[in-house]
Amino acid sequence: MGSGVRNVDYRHRLAICFSIPVYKMILKPQVSDIRNIGYYLGRIILGIGLTMFLPFIMGLVLFREPNPALDFLISANITIFIGLALSWLCKTDKELNTGQAMVVIALSWLAVMALSAIPLLLSGHYKSFLDACFETMSGFTTTGLTLVQDLDHLSQSHNLWRHLGPFLGGQGIAIIAISFLVKGASGTFNLYLGEGRDEKLVPNVINTARFIWVISIVYLILGTIVLGFVGISIGLKPQSAFFHGACIFMAGFDTAGFSPQSPNILYYHSLTYEIVVILFMVIGSFNFNLHYQIWRGNFKEIWKNIETRTLLFVVMIVTLITMAGLSRLDVYSEGMTFFRKGFFQLISGQTTTGYMTIYAQQFIREWGDLALTGVIISMALGGCACSTAGGIKMLRVGIIWKAFRQDIKGMMLSPNAVVTQKFHHIKTMFIEDTQVRIVLIVTLGYLSLYALGTLVGVALGYPFLDALFESTSAAGNVGLSCGITDTSMPAVLKVTYIIEMWAGRLELMSVFALFGFIVAYVKGK
Amino acid sequence: MKSLFFFATLCLTLGISNSYAQTSTSLDLLNNAKQYDGKTVNYKGEVIGDVMIRGDFAWLHVNDAIIAIGIWAPKAMVQDIRYAGNYHKKGDIIKVSGVFHRSCLEHGGDLDIHALGINRITSGSLVIQPLSRKKVYIGGCSLILVLLFYALKKLLQGR
Repeated sequence: MGSGVRNVDYRHRLAICFSIPVYKMILKPQVSDIRNIGYYLGRIILGIGLTMFLPFIMGLVLFREPNPALDFLISANITIFIGLALSWLCKTDKELNTGQAMVVIALSWLAVMALSAIPLLLSGHYKSFLDACFETMSGFTTTGLTLVQDLDHLSQSHNLWRHLGPFLGGQGIAIIAISFLVKGASGTFNLYLGEGRDEKLVPNVINTARFIWVISIVYLILGTIVLGFVGISIGLKPQSAFFHGACIFMAGFDTAGFSPQSPNILYYHSLTYEIVVILFMVIGSFNFNLHYQIWRGNFKEIWKNIETRTLLFVVMIVTLITMAGLSRLDVYSEGMTFFRKGFFQLISGQTTTGYMTIYAQQFIREWGDLALTGVIISMALGGCACSTAGGIKMLRVGIIWKAFRQDIKGMMLSPNAVVTQKFHHIKTMFIEDTQVRIVLIVTLGYLSLYALGTLVGVALGYPFLDALFESTSAAGNVGLSCGITDTSMPAVLKVTYIIEMWAGRLELMSVFALFGFIVAYVKGK
Repeated sequence: MKSLFFFATLCLTLGISNSYAQTSTSLDLLNNAKQYDGKTVNYKGEVIGDVMIRGDFAWLHVNDAIIAIGIWAPKAMVQDIRYAGNYHKKGDIIKVSGVFHRSCLEHGGDLDIHALGINRITSGSLVIQPLSRKKVYIGGCSLILVLLFYALKKLLQGR
């Protein structure tokens, strides 16, 4: 089931997250809790350190960029050392419980952000360590907002790392650890839960994690080949075409929106390239469980699934809103220009990818309030649960809609009538009040997050709609920008967006768990 | 004489109403896209990325250190361009004179400039990056440290 329909007793889970006095008092975490957290955190950090050898080897052998390659050797050594030290000092055989796993996940994303930022900072293309951290958090959370300077002269090794971040983070940092570095059944499942996922494709969570890698790597190979050949056909040199293909696929399928060149997808000036990118963005925003059903030959699931139906419906509505806004201002006068500019940006927002075929300034200066509202709605609602997409998610939107219908029906029928509402997501299920409650709480959490960033933006002097647009883009892990995200923006706003991207990617629960843990440590007895 | 006078007047009129003799920046073009739409502009910057040949024409991107704008030019016009900037190269600095489109109908609504003329102002060059000895030392020493640490960990765990 989706992240909105978890089986775990929700009250118990919240109690763990906030250290709510279920036992009438807050219990201070013990040394064994901290050791447990430290050990698993160390393993995850170790995993990230090992992945840095890929750009190191590619930089030395393929790209012939020794200095950038050395940036990765240095960063990998620092990261691996920290990972080894943590897992050695905190060595334990205990398995993680749900609360500990959530704290591990929340901390590991912060640790990965800081350590992955080292090679980017060493590249000299970032104004500060904060900017480099912003970039890595944006990449790993598959957001795609960028603070890189002079991207067009960035080395291929660093560019590869920028795009590898979304590929690793999109599948999930915990997925890396579960697949290769962590043992134990319940501990691994708790880690898996902590990243906002709880749909097991196959009964064993380790096999589920490995299957997610298999899907992603098969798609990566296919995507790189397709985009590589399209790239050659539009005039790119073969090596450049396949490098761009791999980068664009990783950031497209993982709904991140990074690109190796500053004009983003506009760089290619090609309808074919844009169509292929749209296809990968949409595929990437689908639930991994849906991918699994398709792999098993169950194609009917696409049409029956509540998420795909909701996605289709939402896309139709936001397209109408955006089209009305653009037509009113006569921004794009032809059907084709509307498709390549209006619809592309919309799908990019809906799938929370953030690829752009227009310049950021054009959103504010040309699109007008109504069309921007359409894009903001699409970014806020986002893609499917258990995918690489962000936002509130289609499963939750679908369940809220069904629950709303159920309540309306209940009001219209006799007071004694029992009204039930079903939905289909892999299997047909009845909607339960507990599920709806969880869905509404997470939805409210996202809306609060969007509001927080908007408030900070407005307080810093940005216009309301611009601030709302950028905040929704950050918290929904989208990456479309109306121009606020820039190296010159205030540090407070950079930190706010980092927090939004982090909390949005983890669907808030793990972040709450971390704060609960800190409170328990300080105030607990 | 009469036709020459007519031609000169026409050129002058078109020149005043339909072109911007001064070099525009990318930000200026983007922020005032509607005013510049369909007008002849001058734009200067470094050629970056790839020069993509499409039949008798080509796409190239010119970055004026703020934003890179796509230039659509006849193939013959881009043949003088030797270096397009990337990590290994500093691209040619060129000045483009061309018609600016806020939303080009020929290219699916792209914001672009259709070049009427391209002048290479400065030739680009290969960027030689000397191997950083500092990075070699730090990389090598940290690798030895990590390997020693790992060996120590294994040794102590074995006991």
